[in-house]
Amino acid sequence: MQLQMSRDDLIRAYRRMTAIRQFEERVEKEFALGNIHGFAHVYLGQEASGVGICHELTDDDWIGSTHRGHGHCLAKGCEIGPMMLEIMGKEGGLCNGKGGSMHIADFDKGMLGANAIVGGSPPIAVGAALTQKLKKTGNVSVAFSGDGASNQGTTFEAMNMAVVLEVPAIFVIEDNGYGEHTAASYAVGAPSIAERAASFGMPAETVDGTDFFAVRDAMLRALERGRSAEGPYTIVTECPRYLGHFVGDPQPYRSEQEIAEARARDGLVNFRARVTDAGLLSDEDLDQVDQEIAAEVETAVETGIAAPQPDVSALEADVYASAY
Amino acid sequence: MPMKSVRTAINEAIAQEMERDPNVIVLGEDVAGGQGSSNGPGSVGGVFGVTAGLYDRFGGERVIDTPISESAIIGTANGAALTGMRPVAEIMFVDFIGVCMDQVYNQAAKFRYMFGGKAKTPWVLRSMIGAGMRAGAQHSQTLHPLFTMIPGLKVVMPTNAYDAKGLLIEAIRDDDPVIFLESKTLYEQEADVPDEAYTIPFGEAEYVREGDDVTLVAMGGSILHAKAAAEALAQDGIECEIVDPRTTSPLDEETILESVENTGRLVIVDESPPRCSLASDIASIVADKGFKSLKAPVKKVTCPHTPVPFAPSLEDEFLPNASRIIAAAKSAVDYA
Repeated sequence: MQLQMSRDDLIRAYRRMTAIRQFEERVEKEFALGNIHGFAHVYLGQEASGVGICHELTDDDWIGSTHRGHGHCLAKGCEIGPMMLEIMGKEGGLCNGKGGSMHIADFDKGMLGANAIVGGSPPIAVGAALTQKLKKTGNVSVAFSGDGASNQGTTFEAMNMAVVLEVPAIFVIEDNGYGEHTAASYAVGAPSIAERAASFGMPAETVDGTDFFAVRDAMLRALERGRSAEGPYTIVTECPRYLGHFVGDPQPYRSEQEIAEARARDGLVNFRARVTDAGLLSDEDLDQVDQEIAAEVETAVETGIAAPQPDVSALEADVYASAY
Repeated sequence: MPMKSVRTAINEAIAQEMERDPNVIVLGEDVAGGQGSSNGPGSVGGVFGVTAGLYDRFGGERVIDTPISESAIIGTANGAALTGMRPVAEIMFVDFIGVCMDQVYNQAAKFRYMFGGKAKTPWVLRSMIGAGMRAGAQHSQTLHPLFTMIPGLKVVMPTNAYDAKGLLIEAIRDDDPVIFLESKTLYEQEADVPDEAYTIPFGEAEYVREGDDVTLVAMGGSILHAKAAAEALAQDGIECEIVDPRTTSPLDEETILESVENTGRLVIVDESPPRCSLASDIASIVADKGFKSLKAPVKKVTCPHTPVPFAPSLEDEFLPNASRIIAAAKSAVDYA
């Protein structure tokens, strides 16, 4: 499968996964230092899922995201600098500091918004898919959600609606093992999230969400259906999160062994081994990406800390688009 | 000008906007009706016939029957609006808003602000309000205060056919999410309505009747009771000025204050419960900004703090009516 990808494509995939890894590790650190406030939910351990899903998407394909959305943004092509500014609540952030970690949107990149309401995005993604269908664009709309949102009625409604309206919506359910502090093995009543999705009348499959290539392959199957406007698709990616629900969650509910096992399933290590073993990229190629991203993240943090918060004149701006 | 009912005016507004702009779509439960049935789609046109004929004219791609899934209806409207469409979504009875409120108040209302001014969500949510149809507690509420308190939403309550058409066209062309509330008891009311398209700006109240003694601010279905009360009071030499805000968000405070300055007395008639309502909101605005104009305490004629009852005897007592408005107006006039 790797052989179907060009060297540039492989570098791009690794760059995005690395960007997420380093960005999130830095968010964790800056949060502890007090440079990021509020709530932050990081995507560590799930990098291959978001990047595998977004790799074949263009800026004209839409994605809707979750409270754990930094990774989806970076996977879809949002830039590190404006993202860090936004998460720090600074002027020049992707949403001018009004959104924050859980509300980042970048319409130019086809990023319809992170969503802090669990189960908020799936119905919205169906609407974006309806636009794609009515305008006959051949583009798709992806709803990222988690195992937690897979139990929400809004997800069920959205799946049924997508089947009924035959829209190119792709439901990506990232099963990271926990909805907040409650295990999916307890909270998901059905034996399989994918089977439950399939019961709505669409193809659904489960893949290893730490394997970029497996995720991308599944996405190619979903896109074949979506781009020819045949209807929705569901992909469940299994990708245990490294950290707790939020940055600072001490995870009293997880054993050390379980966390160690999660960390052992490292999508970046996996990717590196695959491409270097196959002789497609060298360790030097990948190390260079690591260094470039590190510099970019460093600059983003320094710029972010130095940047001003929005002027108070912004408080009452942008409530409405038309006159009020 | 031809006389048309509120129902016809709304239908005409949607049809003309669909004709003008291919991005305008209609979606909701039974807006075409009959999908998958033995008689085929288009056989219903809305539970009260408001969207009748649209399916035959514009087809199933633009007049979309949905499952009974309100969250998915408004979520779909949200996603479609964010990406370039202008959905006119229907939540059949406003009482059903409870099962999709997240998509209204956490999503649509906040997109623009949360995303730093980059998003536009140009949809209209049409829904029916009002008691008096013997429909019981879950098909009869008047919930405009619920929407009015949410920043990011606009709220429209037409009381006649002329306003219904102009305000709905304005709503469809507006770039924000607009809640368009149709009083069930007003659908048959007729008025002169031009055949051509026209708009009425939001935030401009209308003087329905002029008078110097008491201002009656009346919204939605209450307008009929206010008119009846004003006629009766005129027999007793009390002239009422009736102000119809037409939109509760934005609210035309200026016209209300102007009228109170003229009359010195204010009775607010509103078919919703009395607490945290438009009636209490308007009363507080006048107390704050029109205090010197007032010759008497502000009176509210609203429903009691109860769900809508079913038995006719109780529902009739529940609703604001002309005799309660007359009593309130007289008490204001008689205030020493």
